[in-house]
Amino acid sequence: MSGAEKIAVTVTDIVPLNDLVTRFEFKRTDGGPLPTFSGGAHTVVEMRDGDTTRLNPYSLMSDPMDQSAYTISVRRDDQGRGGSLYMHTKVAVGDEMVISYPVNLFSLDLRAKKHLFLAGGIGITPFLAQIKQLERFNGHWELHYASRTESLGSYVDELTSHHPNETHIYYDDQKQTIDLVNLLEGQPLGTHVYVCGPKGMIDWVRQTAAAEGWPREAIHYEEFLAPQPGKPFEVKLAVSNKVISVGENESLLEAMERAGVDAPYLCRGGACGQCETNVIDYSGNFIHRDHWLDDEEHAGGQKIMPCVSRFEGKTLVLDR
Amino acid sequence: MTIQFNDESFRDDYSFYNSERAIKRFPFPFHEDSYMYSVNMEQHRGGPKDSVYEKRFDVDEHYVSEMRDRALVLADDPLRCQSLPHMTLAGWDLLELIMVSKSEDYPDLFELHRDGNTWRWINKPLGIDDTFTFLDEATLPYGPMEYITRQAQGDFAVLDQRDDNLWMDAGMVTTQADWSLDFDIGMNFFEWHAPVPLAHEKGIFVRALKFLLNIQQGAPARRLNWTMTVNPLLDTSPENYHKWGIQKTTLTPENIGAKQHLRVELQTFFRLPRSNALVFPIRCYLCSFQDLMTVPKWGRRLHRVVRDLPVELATYKGFIANRPMMLDYLENFDDGLPTSPGIWPDLETEPPLKT
Amino acid sequence: MTKFTFPESIKSRPIYGTLEAREGSAHLLVADAHGAEALLEVATPEMMAKAHIMYIPKGEDFEAKLRALKPASFYSGPSYAAAEPRLLKTLEDARMGLQVYLAGTEGLMGQAMNAAMAAGIPYTAIQTEHRGSVARRMQCVHCKGITEDVETDPFVCSHCGLNLFVRDHYSRRLAAYQGVCIDAEDPGNVPEPKGIYE
Repeated sequence: MSGAEKIAVTVTDIVPLNDLVTRFEFKRTDGGPLPTFSGGAHTVVEMRDGDTTRLNPYSLMSDPMDQSAYTISVRRDDQGRGGSLYMHTKVAVGDEMVISYPVNLFSLDLRAKKHLFLAGGIGITPFLAQIKQLERFNGHWELHYASRTESLGSYVDELTSHHPNETHIYYDDQKQTIDLVNLLEGQPLGTHVYVCGPKGMIDWVRQTAAAEGWPREAIHYEEFLAPQPGKPFEVKLAVSNKVISVGENESLLEAMERAGVDAPYLCRGGACGQCETNVIDYSGNFIHRDHWLDDEEHAGGQKIMPCVSRFEGKTLVLDR
Repeated sequence: MTIQFNDESFRDDYSFYNSERAIKRFPFPFHEDSYMYSVNMEQHRGGPKDSVYEKRFDVDEHYVSEMRDRALVLADDPLRCQSLPHMTLAGWDLLELIMVSKSEDYPDLFELHRDGNTWRWINKPLGIDDTFTFLDEATLPYGPMEYITRQAQGDFAVLDQRDDNLWMDAGMVTTQADWSLDFDIGMNFFEWHAPVPLAHEKGIFVRALKFLLNIQQGAPARRLNWTMTVNPLLDTSPENYHKWGIQKTTLTPENIGAKQHLRVELQTFFRLPRSNALVFPIRCYLCSFQDLMTVPKWGRRLHRVVRDLPVELATYKGFIANRPMMLDYLENFDDGLPTSPGIWPDLETEPPLKT
Repeated sequence: MTKFTFPESIKSRPIYGTLEAREGSAHLLVADAHGAEALLEVATPEMMAKAHIMYIPKGEDFEAKLRALKPASFYSGPSYAAAEPRLLKTLEDARMGLQVYLAGTEGLMGQAMNAAMAAGIPYTAIQTEHRGSVARRMQCVHCKGITEDVETDPFVCSHCGLNLFVRDHYSRRLAAYQGVCIDAEDPGNVPEPKGIYE
């Protein structure tokens, strides 16, 4: 079996926060306590939508010490393949769902003398859990949170009222931007910076911090990529001796699973490296979208991350 | 109580012994007639009834005496238990894991009563009944890791996970196969394994690390490792090597069956939830050659493994000088018959020694 | 001989590089003896404008040349122990972006690295370049005492007197290599000491 251990849960609360974001609360269907977790962890939510099964990762945003319920926030993506739309339109209070045990690919470095959080949009969610964890242990932290507009600023009120001194809010439509160079230069030695948000923001923070002389180990980031739709393509799986078709709205990983081929995974978002698959033969072009392989590997044509990457061309033979 | 605890020592007069039950459940580490490093990991979710795999943390007849020996070691050298400052949360994770597991797996020996953060822990074999506040170090006589590992057999390495590596940032190490926590604390996975020969070149540690980094909550793993020890000495530490090393020279053809012990580590790996650290319990089991030879399959196999082991490994495991004497003894228990696959004794099906 | 090529070894043994000038908000350069040569090679006027050089001459005569680099702050002192309070204060006051350059003997680099790591800089971000003596700082695993400037293998622990052999196993936290009793299994049988790299 692939992925983390599973938990059967019931949807106990659904709260629309604004035009785009809705919060979901889950409790164990058997009434027992949920596992505790570490701030920054995500859970993979299974969505059974007719014949289609989607598994999407969402950061846990509730208090890591609270074993009574988990909460996640889902941003609706009208252009996506339908996972977030399914959550927004088809899931109701009382529904039974399956989620994974918490998995953390974005954990705090507990040695840090200070934690500097930079959030963009829905990227705020892992920080909500990390802040609760740090508050419990008197950790030193500071948050800079950019949102497109005031009305889309999920959890801004909660953050500014509970943590007025640590929280700094920026609204794009009011031309407010994080003064990143000054912010980074002022941090005491031993500070770690964490960024979660759109790809452009992550790249900006990583590049600026590196240029300011920040060590690689002090820069943490997480971006889950949703698999993007694309042209259908065919793949030969050499080990299982099957030829499968990857549809327009499914990922290569999902197509393999649909064909009964077990491939390991944790995040399904191009970050964890679990589903890394060797390419045996190909003729065509890869559309690499993951954060896991480096540029050289992306150019090398020997590996693919089937959770988010696709292929266009005549033949693709994989070692699965 | 279901377990009769031995009153025995692991030093001085070495009164340690294995009952017949303990011999039968000894985790013999060789699944075939030869040995080489491998990433021999498997899920740790129970095993055959009464085997050392059955419970999350095996408690056996040596429990009380091993804990007494640990207390003696710590009184001599408190540096055997250390935790870097950022590892306190992982210590609480470990305390919870062991208390919950033991109270569920051995309800007649251990009880845990939780009322919010007020916890009452009862350890009947050691006569402990403590009430404390979870996550408040001031309410325990030691730090959380030290408190609970003074009550749990085996060594414990608590590993921080960051930068795609594991870091030995805390531990309780008093029954070790000749490595020093005080020296190795703070090292990463490759560094603390640096002295191990051959395995780096075979890529063993790269693959093992990849596996361990991905161990998730609720899905622990395990493997066996082994070495050799003369006398049932738990504390084969480098710190005291200048005192115990000489014991290796006391083997004679007459006493080797009783004095030479196969030392097996049952290594398990659990993800710790609040800290995202990994705990690596290293449980030591000792069995004398003469007790092992009561299982015909193990007698045949141990001879073949010791005979064919590469020189580098016999040197690293510290028995190269004694290997000829071991083989003289062991060959009496190898009649050349084939052995069944797997580690289990198979007493019902394997033929007795041909004489 | 101020440059030495260390033989390949196990994975806990530090590997030293060649200092290179890096972008940073400030620069801290620590060296002893011939380590000064590495600082002279890496220094640029731009770096020196934001640099603090700490130097332990150990009898070598590089002070005037280092001063001539015109670092923003310069210190010369008799030993690492004497320099340590100043080093710790410098690290305590530093901001992210500080670049640390260490040059000279293994003992000096190891101890200064330890201080910088404790202040929050990952060791991989700390540059090192070995120059000068190849003597080692050794910890006796038995008595825990540190013996400085060990040149032979085996050697006698300066604290407990045991005969120790020199391992390549190295602890960054202790800034020392491990020394282990060589005659535990055959007391008195101690080979003739020779140079560590002979």
